[in-house]
Amino acid sequence: MISFTLDEDQRQIQDMTRKFAAEELRKIARDCDEKGAVPEELLAKSWELGLVTNAVPEKYGGYAFARSIVTGTIMAEELAYGDLSLALAITSPALFVMPLMEMGTEEQKDKYLPTFCKGSFQAATLALMEPRVQFHVGDLRTTAVDDGDKFLLNGEKCCVPLADQAEWVLVLAASNKGAGPAGVDAFIVPKGTRGMKVGEREWYMGIRPLPVFPLSFADCEVPKENRLGGTRGINYMRLINLSRIILSAMAVGVSRASLDYCLTYAKERYAFGEPIASRQAIAFMLAEMAMETDGMRILNWKAAWKADRGEDCTKEAYLSRSYAAAQTMKITDYGVQVLGGHGYIREHPVEMWLRNGRGFATLEGLAMA
Amino acid sequence: MIDFELPPGAKLARKMVHGLSEGTFRKLSRYYDSYEHEHEEVKELKAMAPMIRGGGGLGGGAKKEKPKDGAPKAERKGTGGASLVAVVAAEELAWGDAGLMLAVPGGGLGNAAINAVATPEQKERFGTRFAAMAITEPGFGSDSSAVATTAALDQKTNEWILNGEKIFVTSGKQCDVVVVWATLDKSKGRPAIKSFVVEKERPGIKVTKLEHKLGIRASDTASIVLEDCRIPYDNILGSAEIKPEEGFKGVMKTFDNTRPLVASMALGVSRAALDFTIETLEKDGIRVRYDAAPHQMTAVEKEIAECEANLEVARLLTWRAATMMDEGLRNSLEASMAKAKAGRAATLVTQKCVELLGPLGYSTRWLVEKWMRDCKINDIFEGTNQIQMLIIARNILGFGREQLK
Repeated sequence: MISFTLDEDQRQIQDMTRKFAAEELRKIARDCDEKGAVPEELLAKSWELGLVTNAVPEKYGGYAFARSIVTGTIMAEELAYGDLSLALAITSPALFVMPLMEMGTEEQKDKYLPTFCKGSFQAATLALMEPRVQFHVGDLRTTAVDDGDKFLLNGEKCCVPLADQAEWVLVLAASNKGAGPAGVDAFIVPKGTRGMKVGEREWYMGIRPLPVFPLSFADCEVPKENRLGGTRGINYMRLINLSRIILSAMAVGVSRASLDYCLTYAKERYAFGEPIASRQAIAFMLAEMAMETDGMRILNWKAAWKADRGEDCTKEAYLSRSYAAAQTMKITDYGVQVLGGHGYIREHPVEMWLRNGRGFATLEGLAMA
Repeated sequence: MIDFELPPGAKLARKMVHGLSEGTFRKLSRYYDSYEHEHEEVKELKAMAPMIRGGGGLGGGAKKEKPKDGAPKAERKGTGGASLVAVVAAEELAWGDAGLMLAVPGGGLGNAAINAVATPEQKERFGTRFAAMAITEPGFGSDSSAVATTAALDQKTNEWILNGEKIFVTSGKQCDVVVVWATLDKSKGRPAIKSFVVEKERPGIKVTKLEHKLGIRASDTASIVLEDCRIPYDNILGSAEIKPEEGFKGVMKTFDNTRPLVASMALGVSRAALDFTIETLEKDGIRVRYDAAPHQMTAVEKEIAECEANLEVARLLTWRAATMMDEGLRNSLEASMAKAKAGRAATLVTQKCVELLGPLGYSTRWLVEKWMRDCKINDIFEGTNQIQMLIIARNILGFGREQLK
């Protein structure tokens, strides 16, 4: 029955991730942004939280917690509240694990899942985006051609997190071009496979600590058994929807970070003899930030709730993503504006959140639950 | 646990009220809009009144259900699902026609106020009467602490004597009783403002003017003058005691209940416009593709999708505020968020719908232009959008009136 309140389990997970985000992510966020790197120790430490493996069934070595997309959004928001780039980095193996759990064959799960349950960070990733102005998830140009006992992959990918160290890359490619999303398959490509080249690290306006790479495929041979889901294939739109939902939850986290920072700042910063928060021009911006942060969170929960029920949530995920992207842009922009000149200076985090916030209208396939 | 499944009662109310709304309101919509003050009283609505009172109109909200024995404390204070049913039903009524919805006897804001704070004895006396709400005066609008209408106690007869002028009283002409905000002592400020139920049959209460409005024309908006109007002592809602520490809380509490209802009204009207626009565009071969490439989506598709997202956000914020009310939780912040978001989003959606339908959207042959006119009031009454933003800001900053004017 209708409820806008977290249950006890969700509350615990929220507390845990919130604490972790405050202690481990936020404190080093600026430093990581300047250096453009994620500390190795952080990946190790975060792995202990079991963010990626808790939901893996026991027979593969996991803890068999009930997997819930709603709970995933709660975690994602908290982590991104700490820092978006670090949140994306520490959850990046989920990009491989979650599709495998949901859509892999028994053999594939047997083969890959136990590796992730051995106790130390195991890099694995997903390659979806392609370097084109008109990139769209429904029109992938990376192709997979059936070549008897194998598939041949050809094409270009970009913005693939941790591709340099990933043991496996889940590559999304059109196996039936012209069929749109229905003609997309996912292929498990092991590190070092001939024909797959990891390019020079890329740099984006935001998410600077997250190491992201371009990948190119030239007649890259992938064995038949590496097609995710076997002959059944995958539900590609569901993967896209899950990614959109979790990324939108992270957008909520980034927005809330900006809001909270501004609330404190606007009460402490005096102008004309009173806190700037005492002026409606500032106070109304803060009110709008708060209202829209709540709004985008609930809209996102609704999409996640639908995804948990196994229903088609393409429309909800689309609306949640477009709404979250637009609002996060506005909120993080206000975030800089409330601080005025100080907001533009890198001593404060709001400019970083603006750069990170701009990504949500663009990024696809960077988070999963 | 986060869940969006409406309880069976709300689902049923939605279905029933929708049918009623579609079958009764839509046929009358244009007529009552065109003949604002020339029509007879809306007979069809009298018949609807008992059904609406069950949990539809604005007056339906916050009916406190009897607490179950042994229920946890929070549950006792709550409205046990009634608020959610009320907002869901209100959306459907307004989807049919917002003006007519306001004109349904018993569906007024005065009834909401009575339901929220009346004693059982008062509920007995006024519960079945159509109650309007009289707050605004010629001298103030949003600043409701400036109430100049006075209530003086005649010790000999134990009656209140009311004097003053009220404007913008929704259903002021049609109603049976008026809930009047008046001050016991102007020098004592906000805590001295109380609400009183004044029966229209009392000598000294008179409807002096009917407004001509942009929209919601089926619902009359009246000026009311009180001249030495005497009412029994027991017609006061709440306590007569002036408690400085309580400030304005008593009377303002009504708004926590009515703001989500107004938000629902906004949603209903704008959903009517958006539903109609989407259907009409589909007949013209235009469909929104939620899976299309961003560079290939048309401007129309993007605008429709944006409207849909905004209304859904407003709806969920509204349901949240109502659910909190049902659970007995303080919801002032959430109620204002719902009202601010819904009032604004709905206003923009209806304006957009007129534009998207070209010359026919602007024409009176369809109802879209009327819905745009009707919808605008939701961004104004029960606290303008700007007042809501002020409340939200004070809440999140922890600021009082003095710190944020």
